[in-house]
Amino acid sequence: MRSFLLDALFKGKATIAPPGPDAAALEQATRALGERARRRLGRSLAIREIDAGSCNGCELEIHAVSNPVYDIERFGLKFVASPRHADVLLVTGPVTWNMREALLRTYNAAPEPRWVVALGDCAVNCGVFAGSPAVVGPLADILPVDLHVPGCPPPPLEIVKALLALIEVQAARG
Amino acid sequence: MSAALPLVDLVGDRAAGPDGYVRLAVDVDTWTALAQGCAAGLHDLGALWADGASMRMALSDGDRGVRAIASLETESGRYPSVARRHPPALRLERAMRDLYGVQPVGLPDPRPWLDHGRWPGREDAARYEFLPAEGEGLHQIPVGPVHAGIIEPGHFRFTANGETVVRLEERLGYVHKGVEGLMAGASVEQAARIVGRISGDSTVAYAWAFARAVEAALGWTPPPRAVLLRGVMAELERLAHHINDVGAICNDASVVTIHARCTLQREDALAVSDACFGHRLMMDRVVPGGVAADLSAEGIGKIRGLVARFEETHAEILRVYDSLPSLQDRTITTGIVSPELVRQYAAGGFVGRATGRAFDARKTFAYAPYDRLDFEVKVRTGGDVDARLLVRMDEIGESLRMLSQLLGRLAPGEISAGRPSVAAGEGAALVEAFRGDVFASVRFAADGRLARVHARDASWFQWPLLEAAVEGNIVADFPLCNKSFNCSYSGHDL
Repeated sequence: MRSFLLDALFKGKATIAPPGPDAAALEQATRALGERARRRLGRSLAIREIDAGSCNGCELEIHAVSNPVYDIERFGLKFVASPRHADVLLVTGPVTWNMREALLRTYNAAPEPRWVVALGDCAVNCGVFAGSPAVVGPLADILPVDLHVPGCPPPPLEIVKALLALIEVQAARG
Repeated sequence: MSAALPLVDLVGDRAAGPDGYVRLAVDVDTWTALAQGCAAGLHDLGALWADGASMRMALSDGDRGVRAIASLETESGRYPSVARRHPPALRLERAMRDLYGVQPVGLPDPRPWLDHGRWPGREDAARYEFLPAEGEGLHQIPVGPVHAGIIEPGHFRFTANGETVVRLEERLGYVHKGVEGLMAGASVEQAARIVGRISGDSTVAYAWAFARAVEAALGWTPPPRAVLLRGVMAELERLAHHINDVGAICNDASVVTIHARCTLQREDALAVSDACFGHRLMMDRVVPGGVAADLSAEGIGKIRGLVARFEETHAEILRVYDSLPSLQDRTITTGIVSPELVRQYAAGGFVGRATGRAFDARKTFAYAPYDRLDFEVKVRTGGDVDARLLVRMDEIGESLRMLSQLLGRLAPGEISAGRPSVAAGEGAALVEAFRGDVFASVRFAADGRLARVHARDASWFQWPLLEAAVEGNIVADFPLCNKSFNCSYSGHDL
């Protein structure tokens, strides 16, 4: 255990320099906000992740944004256990019929104002699962989506930049 | 009831196909006797699936190196249930019945499995009845499908007496995406992309199993360099997940420093994979006929660097784990799986190997490049969370050794071969993913497209053992048990 502390002292921090928000995501988030006025939440957002049918690839990269390299909490972004505490619902997967109700219930359990982010190609357009009778459709067919983050899966840096765009727009509105 | 029939007796002198599987057309009596043989421990059940008018069963006897796929013509979908004689087939049969309408006669549990009564045209409002658990002071804790953490969805129904779990019943199928339906009639290229997303964490292993099955069916030979590169990618995938699992287990025992260190090492592995093969998870990099990305001399250097850093982390994590009795207090004797259950379910991966089952597809049914690598199948006998964690640590050491060997053998050459003109055929393959063996079977139609693809995740035979492992443990130890299994939901739900 001591070695971990010594490493931290002598090797320096592993965390990368903070990236700026993604330009496309910023534009998208600004547009979404223009359409639907929202109360200021400050420079901090609580995120509830929902796997609505993912292959688990997106979850791996969502996990990665919390590792010491990307360390998403330093930006005020925090993953929470309950939708009751959430400002953002981060949804992955082509929504399956078997997950549809659980997704809607989780969405309805989140207090307003709430943002919905469709993360990964599957949530955006069903990806390779498009056309399957077991799949309802892209997330936007089921919930109002504020931000789309494409990728299969989107790498952690892209996820961080997209979520930063949400914070930027949110703070500017206040 | 017919007597148990050992697979080796039935196979006799029959020659195996290029994929190593003997193909047997069997009648109802032989089918039943083979199922009885599974129950008697004469051979292992590897997979069970419906294909048109027939039912297929993959069976193996690792000790004698025999593998076969038995095929039974059903009577309008009716056939004798395997689960009636051999319970590990239960969820497989319930799933195939839900998806293809086959009727396993004598199925001990008639409840649906993947079908939740939500599919359009097949809506059914009937409640799913969980198994009863009655007694004074018992209470139920329903968990999921949406869990507190960032994990896949599934439902766990705990029945507890105070803090002690007396029964866990799983209900899965929430992420059923209809992958088999999507692959029926697909081109090889389309199906390869879908297969690589059946369970994203094992994308390399799935793509490899599919590629080998396709190659066996069509007589397609990947170049030697591609075979070595597949091994490199598969071991990188294993390293990333094993170290991540070790960290996640420790995190659930509140030792976040180990977790942080493990996630850093995992990030290192993914960044190197990205730099070498152009994708952090290496999706779509193993393709039928070879690989889709070559490894540069610079890339070889990067992987050698990763191996050196990984060795350092590996030694340090072991030292720290060993120095924390309060952590081991949570892992040792927690979530024990018995050798009998592991044998019965033929549980693969660290779940089997932590309970003494020395099965590893890379060794038991060795395929290139593993047939010429120097490595050991690491086995422990505790059967608890500690053993499953340490088997992963042991395997990390072996994977690092393998990577060095693989890199040393890379010679310049082609990385993919053109598809042969053969249109139709069948093939199957078994590949060792990080969590256990993935089985893939393909059948081509005359037009060169895929008629049927079936993939069986290791989780099918691990999920039921998690239910057994948790029994008698306290509720608070469930996350530890669950992480130590780390079963795939998506890979299971299909």
